[in-house]
Parts: sequence; structure tokens; C-alpha cells
Amino acid sequence: MCGRAAARGDVNSVNPNELTLAEARDALKANRISARELTQAHLDAIGKARILNAFIRETPDRALAMADAADEKIAAGEARPLEGIPLGIKDLFCTDGVITTAGSKILETFEPHYESAVSANLWRDGAVMLGKLNLDEFAMGSSNETSAYGNVVSPWRRAGSDAPLVPGGSSGGSAAAVAARLCLGATATDTGGSIRQPAAFTGTVGIKPTYGRCSRWGTVAFASSLDQAGPIARTVRDCAILLGSMAGADARDTTCADLPVPDFEAAVSRGVKGLTIGIPKEYRVDGMPAEIQKLWDEGAAWLKAAGATIRDISLPHTSYALPAYYIVAPAEASSNLARYDGVRYGLRVPGKDIAGMYENTRAAGFGREVKRRIMIGTYVLSAGYYDAYYVRAQKIRTLIKRDFEAAYASGIDAILTPATPSAAFGIGEKASADPVEMYLNDVFTVTVNMAGLPGIAVPAGLDGQGLPLGLQLIGRPFDEETLFAVAQVIEDSAGRTKLPEPWWA
Amino acid sequence: MNAPVDPKKLIKGGLHDWEVVVGMEVHAQVSSRAKLFSGASTEFGAEPNDHVSLVDAAMPGMLPVINAECVAQAVRTGLGLKAQINLRSVFDRKNYFYPDLPQGYQISQYKDPIVGEGEVLVDMADGTAITVGIERLHLEQDAGKSLHDQDPLRSFVDLNRSGVALMEIVSRPDLRSSEEAKAYVTKLRTILRYLGTCDGDMEKGSLRADVNVSVRRPGEPLGTRCEIKNVNSIRFIGQAIETEARRQIAILEDGGTIDQETRLFDPSKGETRSMRSKEEAHDYRYFPDPDLLPLEFDQAYVDALAVGLPELPDAKKARFVTDYGLSPYDAGVLVAERASADYYEAVAKGRDGKAAANWVINELFGRLNKEGLSIEASPVSASQLGAIVDLIGEGVISGKIAKDLFEIVWTEGGDPRALVESRGLKQVTDTGAIEAAIDKIIAANPDKVAQAKEKPTLLGWFVGQTMKATGGKANPAAVNALLKDKLGIA
Repeated sequence: MCGRAAARGDVNSVNPNELTLAEARDALKANRISARELTQAHLDAIGKARILNAFIRETPDRALAMADAADEKIAAGEARPLEGIPLGIKDLFCTDGVITTAGSKILETFEPHYESAVSANLWRDGAVMLGKLNLDEFAMGSSNETSAYGNVVSPWRRAGSDAPLVPGGSSGGSAAAVAARLCLGATATDTGGSIRQPAAFTGTVGIKPTYGRCSRWGTVAFASSLDQAGPIARTVRDCAILLGSMAGADARDTTCADLPVPDFEAAVSRGVKGLTIGIPKEYRVDGMPAEIQKLWDEGAAWLKAAGATIRDISLPHTSYALPAYYIVAPAEASSNLARYDGVRYGLRVPGKDIAGMYENTRAAGFGREVKRRIMIGTYVLSAGYYDAYYVRAQKIRTLIKRDFEAAYASGIDAILTPATPSAAFGIGEKASADPVEMYLNDVFTVTVNMAGLPGIAVPAGLDGQGLPLGLQLIGRPFDEETLFAVAQVIEDSAGRTKLPEPWWA
Repeated sequence: MNAPVDPKKLIKGGLHDWEVVVGMEVHAQVSSRAKLFSGASTEFGAEPNDHVSLVDAAMPGMLPVINAECVAQAVRTGLGLKAQINLRSVFDRKNYFYPDLPQGYQISQYKDPIVGEGEVLVDMADGTAITVGIERLHLEQDAGKSLHDQDPLRSFVDLNRSGVALMEIVSRPDLRSSEEAKAYVTKLRTILRYLGTCDGDMEKGSLRADVNVSVRRPGEPLGTRCEIKNVNSIRFIGQAIETEARRQIAILEDGGTIDQETRLFDPSKGETRSMRSKEEAHDYRYFPDPDLLPLEFDQAYVDALAVGLPELPDAKKARFVTDYGLSPYDAGVLVAERASADYYEAVAKGRDGKAAANWVINELFGRLNKEGLSIEASPVSASQLGAIVDLIGEGVISGKIAKDLFEIVWTEGGDPRALVESRGLKQVTDTGAIEAAIDKIIAANPDKVAQAKEKPTLLGWFVGQTMKATGGKANPAAVNALLKDKLGIA
């Protein structure tokens, strides 16, 4: 009889975990569900999905306390943009009073007493933290197999197979949790494709905004000139809503742009009429599966049908991006990770002298992939190699940036490419192979980081084995709005991907 | 580099004469309230780790933000060194592991420093001057401090200094003796203090020098150099150069060669010893810090800072010579400290500049040195000293009485003019009173009077007796004239 109870009756037929973020927001606002109910439903889902290993740490007490606070705000008519929305936080974002590991043993005990700028923005807007999400160690990986806390299992399986698949990486926990409906959205980071590749592997949407759109303050650094935070969610609109809260100027990060945050959600429904979409021929790589090519062609056809002009373009330095990336990123990482020395926080393994302590601590604290990249980075910065590697890689970076600038100057509004060269692969399938094979996962995504541009991965269909495939859109600097508009057309044309039934629960 | 060699500067070896060649990297702590890339305080003397921000401790995810005041201080210093100011400079990371270096790298400037080439004019004690080339000045972070003497088993780390801004000022190898090196650092410190960009306090470690020393036979190419790290007093800089030059000469005259290495100077043992060889030198893997954008500003910013600069010692010295008629030496002494120069100018204003200089340099500085006081702590103010100079000029007191008066003002304070009245220090110009005193002396010393007629130099004895009888207040000119007259000395 009370309107609220009646309204809840309406929603009880719907699993709160099946709501999109935007739907949940509207339901909360309309009192059709409480923040506590919504949060509890997600905590329950997380509890049943531990086999996926998406979370490194669950924070149910904090989640419920935040949800109750949100319910009070809603009751008082003071709901903020994300009031009561339960989210997962990649364990690369420092969270005040909650251990933050970066997926590494070396930070197993590290409890920050500060909150990352991005997560603080989400709490400012009323969001609820469910816990800390698994990731490749220090965000170095494309399969979530390098985490010191075990690999994440994708909620997706090949048709007729029980073989566990990777969710992609490094934001594998974020993508898996979103795809498995364990949270309404998640924070993620992208240094070479770590948002877009796992989003593509799990049938979710992920945007890496323009470098400088989100503050890096309080996010554990991998490669400072490439790292950028962004959201993973189940729809384009949900990503737009989350990015609107995550982004913003921050004087504590001098590489963070001093620009107002546009109304991203409003851009979602702009459509593509009058836009020119570029199709770069260099992304048609050798050995690309026919399914990927077909998907790409289909994406172009959808956009054309919706009123966009499709034009072939050339980004001539594309093939140099991956090797250059694997010089720049490890170089910065080798320096950024020097602070994990056992002196002030985190793991310390004693040694006979200070050098012994450093060696023992870092030998025990870092995993193989992190060590490999520290060694590569140290090598390319060494006297006598610096010019041959680091300086040349930076020159390539400039050339890649110019390729994009030329394309945009010629009237291109966004560029359409596949997000990944294949669908998700099996756990262990590539772990023992040549590491370069793993690095090839980033071939379509690294260019975007090298040029500092925004890029979004949006699900566009399934492959023959029933696994999701994604398309990538690359935009002009600080023009995420166009990406959201174009991505929404793809989402509408492809139809929202039907996410896997919870076999894990 | 091929200027004629001054034989006086050469060091005598067992076999040959040698020329020492010195270049210096001076680390000057920037005067600023906050650190170079964090808001933490730079205040000296706090409890260990009291002034440490999350950035200074290199917590995960922390980022540096440049302190604009430190940039302004570096530009001011560059202008004071008549140097090229680079409108675009880059911060680089210098990577190495050490417990007092939390980030595992020092943020410094490597290829593109904020300040380029400049020069410093250095006056030597013998009246000559040399010009020392400045190669560059860059901004960088200081490290923390490792404490090895607090616990029998463990070392502690104090990060209060971690991240404090330093200016590294690199000279060309233009110095040819320990005296020149000491004079260069002294002059550099003077300039920094005038500018207010570094307090120059070597005891607190605000100014330290890495000294590059090599020796060669005059006219030969530069020898292999050794770098003596972290010398923290001007006296030690001189000693370290002498010691190191003699060590190198001994090796070379024995037929040996110098290994390029980093050495430490031990003042207690009077020796330098090897710290690390060239082979052990770190590979710092410099690369541009991706957390920081290039540092860029426009010429208008530089011009505005230039307008705000104080008069610098060279200009002030020249002005003192011209305006006050001082000798270059006296002018140099007065401008060595800005506070001394200001004090002097306050005394000299509207008075005889030379007399004022004599009083400031001889009486005041002498007394301050004796008491170990700085000019700021002088018990005699510039206006008090000015009054004393006035009283002499007006003939109210003699120079001798003036010294007594200075002493009274120093210990008791007070208005010099009033003191002259109240203490009866006024010079006696009344010839009647002087004459009476002289008559008494002549009457009491007939033998001396007789001798004086033969030996006129005895006049001095009579002058002394007269001054004594009048308590030093008799006008010396009047005494002389009267005595000559009465003793019949022409």
C-alpha cells in the first residue's frame, strides 16, 4: 500500500544484479530498491562467484555502511550522481584503510592512508565500494595470469566446453566482475590496452579516456606517460556515467588536464549523422581471423547505415607501435617500481647488507613478468643503449601521434578498428609461450596509449565458439563524447551482448 | 684555457712545477618554505621525519608537483650569475638505490637545465681578479639522511631533507689554485646571499661542494681528474685541493697514472681516499621524468624577476668606489655581505665616505670579529656610529676620544652626542686651559725643556704629557702650536 513497498514488488521479479547502472540509479531514485538491498544483492553474488577469483579483497562492512549512508541521502532528497551504486575498484587504486596490493606480493601488507583521486571522486558522488579487484601484477599482463593472487577466470566459456578462459588483462578482475554481474561497474586502468582488451574478451564496454582526463594521483604507477584510468561497465551509457564521475582536474597530478568534465551521458544519444569514421588499413594485420574482419566490416556498415561517412585512412607508423611500446613502458616501469625496496613499506626480506635486503625483497616480492619488464626497462635506459632504444622509441611515439593528427586534420571524427586480434584464450595457453605472443594482444590498443588518445572497446558480436568480440573506436584528444555517441550506435546495432548464465554460482 | 700560467700559482713537486686545475659543482639549498616537489616544510632542526609528505616518502601513486618559488629562485640565481635563462627545461630521473632515496631516483635536470652559461667575477687578495665560467645551474631534489650511529645493529633514515630543493651550480675548470677555489666559493656564496636564494650556511649543509681536481705540467693538456665529494667548508675546500693535488703530483712524478675516481676528503687525517672507481660508477639511467611536464615560462616572467633583483656585489662595489671614494679593497670588504654594505651606507650617507669606511671596517668589524658577532647583532647601530663620525668631523671629540666613546656605546648604549656632554668628553679648544697645563709641565721639567731646544723630537713627549693632563680632551692642533711657541721650537 505504501508506494515504495508496492514499487519494490515490481522490481522483485527482476534480479537486481541484472540491472544496468543507469537502471539501478533510476530505481534507487524512484525508491524501487534501496541501496542496501542493491549492495547486499551484489555482495551475495560475489560470495557465490569466488571461483572466478575476481576480487582480491571484499569489503562487505564498508559496502553496507556506504549503502546505508546512501539510503539516508536518498531519503533526505540529497542523492548525488552515483548515490548507492555498488562498484568494484581495481586493486591498483589506493583506498584509504583498505590494503592495496597492485596484484603483487611486494604490497601484500600495504595499507594506504590516502584515497586515490579517481576512487575519491566516485565516493564523493555517492558510490559504494564492494571490494578490490584482481589484476595482473602492477598491471603488467594481458590475461590476469601474472597476479600474485591467482588468475581470474572469465565468466565466459566456449560453447560446449568447460575449459577455463582468461578474462584478459590487466583489468581482468574488473571485466570479469562486471560481466558476471558482481558489480554495476568497475574502475580499471589502461597502459597499453588493459581496459579495452579485457572488455572485449568479456563482452563489456571499457573506455580509456584521453591521457590527462583522469588524475593519476593515488593510483599505483606502471608507466606514467601511458597510464590512464577509466571505467568498465555493461553498457556505453554506464561507462559514460562512471567516467563523468571519475574524471576531473587535479592539481596534484601535473599531467592531468585542467579541463571541465563534459556531460558524457548526454553525448550517448547524439548519433553519428554527419560524422566521418576512418578505417585504417594498417590494422588489417596478417593472419587476422576472418571473423574479426567480418565484425569490423559489419561495424562500419552499421555506422554507415546510421548516417556516418566511412573513409579508408592510413596510419603508416602503426606497425612500430608495439615494439616501441615495449621499450617505453618497461623503461618507465623499471624506474617507477624502484620504490618497492623493502625500506619503508610492503614486503621486506632481510639480507646480509642493504644490497642483500634489496635483492632478497625484490626477488621474493616481484613475479616473473614484472622482473622481466624491470630488466628490459633497465637495459634500454642503460648507458650506450639509451639512444638506440629509448630515444628511438620516443621518436616513433611522435610519428604515431602525427599519424593520428593527420587523420583528424583530414576530417576524420573517430577511427574504427578491431579491439583485439582474437577472442579470449584459455588459461595457461599462452603463459608458457614466448612472452611476445602475449604482448601481441595489445597490437590494436597500444597505439592509442602511445598517442595519448581516447579509445573505447564495445561488444559487437560473438565468434563461432560463442565468445564475445569487440570493436575499438579511437577519438580526438578530449573528445570522449564522440566515442560514446558512436559506440552507442554500435551497441544498438549489435544488440546488447547476452552475458553468460552464472554457471559459477 | 691557454692563458699564460702565473708562476706564483704553481705547485713545486720533487721534479717539476705543476699546475692544479679545479672545477666545482656547488650544491646550494634553495631558500624556500616548501620542498621542490611537495608541500612539506624545509625548516631546519626538526625531529627526524617530522617534515615528510607522502610524496617525500615515495608512497605508491604519489606524484611530484613543482614548487613555483623554487623555480623563481633558480631564475634569480641565474640572473645573478649573468647566465642564460632557459625558457624550457626538463626534469629527468637519476636512478639509483639507496635507503635515503625513497623513490629510487632523484629528480634532477640532466640534458636541459633551467640555467645555462654564466660567469662569476672573483677578487683575489692580491688585488687581481679572475673570471670563472659557469657551465650550468640545475634544480634537483636533495636526498634524506642515513643515520648509522643510533643503534648498534640497525641504520635509521631521516627523510626531513628528502625532496628539499637544491641548485647545482657547475663551474668550468677555470680555477688554478686552492686560493682561487676558496675565493670563488666565497664570492658565489655572497651572490646567493644577496639574492636571497640560498642562505649559504655551510654548517647546516646549505652549501656543499664537489671539487674536481687534476694537475698538469704548465702548457700541457688537462690531466685525469678526481672528484672530491661533499666538501662542506671553505677551509676544507682549500685543504682538500692542496692534499689531492700533492697526492696526484707524487703519483705522476713516480711514473704512475691517475685513476679517474670519486674520493672523500677526511679533514681529521688530512687526506683524500677513494670512494668508488670509474668502473664502480653508477649507471644512472637518466630519462625525462614522465610525471612532470617540461618546465616552461616566458621572457616576461624572467624580466619581472630581473626587475626585482637587488643590487649585486659587483655593482655595489663599483658604486662605493665612485660615490664614496673608497679603495677597491675597502669597497670589496664592505660589499662581501649585503648587511655590512647596508650598514656602511647608512653610516656613510651625508658623511665623509672614507671616514665612515675606516670606522666600519677597522673599529666595528674588528670588534664584531673579536666577539664573534654578525653585523646584524652589532650593539652599535649605524646611526650611533654615524653620530660618532659626526662628532669627530665637527671637532667636538678627537679620534682617540672617539674610540673611548665607541667603547661606551658598545657596552652601555646611548646617544653618542648626549654621552659626550654627560661624560665630559668634549675636546678642549680653550687655549687658556691648555696653556695653564703646559706651563705647569714646563715648570716641573726644566731639564726636558733644555733638551728640547737641542732635540726638537722631544716635542712628542710634551704633547703626551699635555694630553694626559687634560684627560685627552685637548685639541691636538692647539697643543702642538702652543708647545712649539713656548719651547721655542721653530
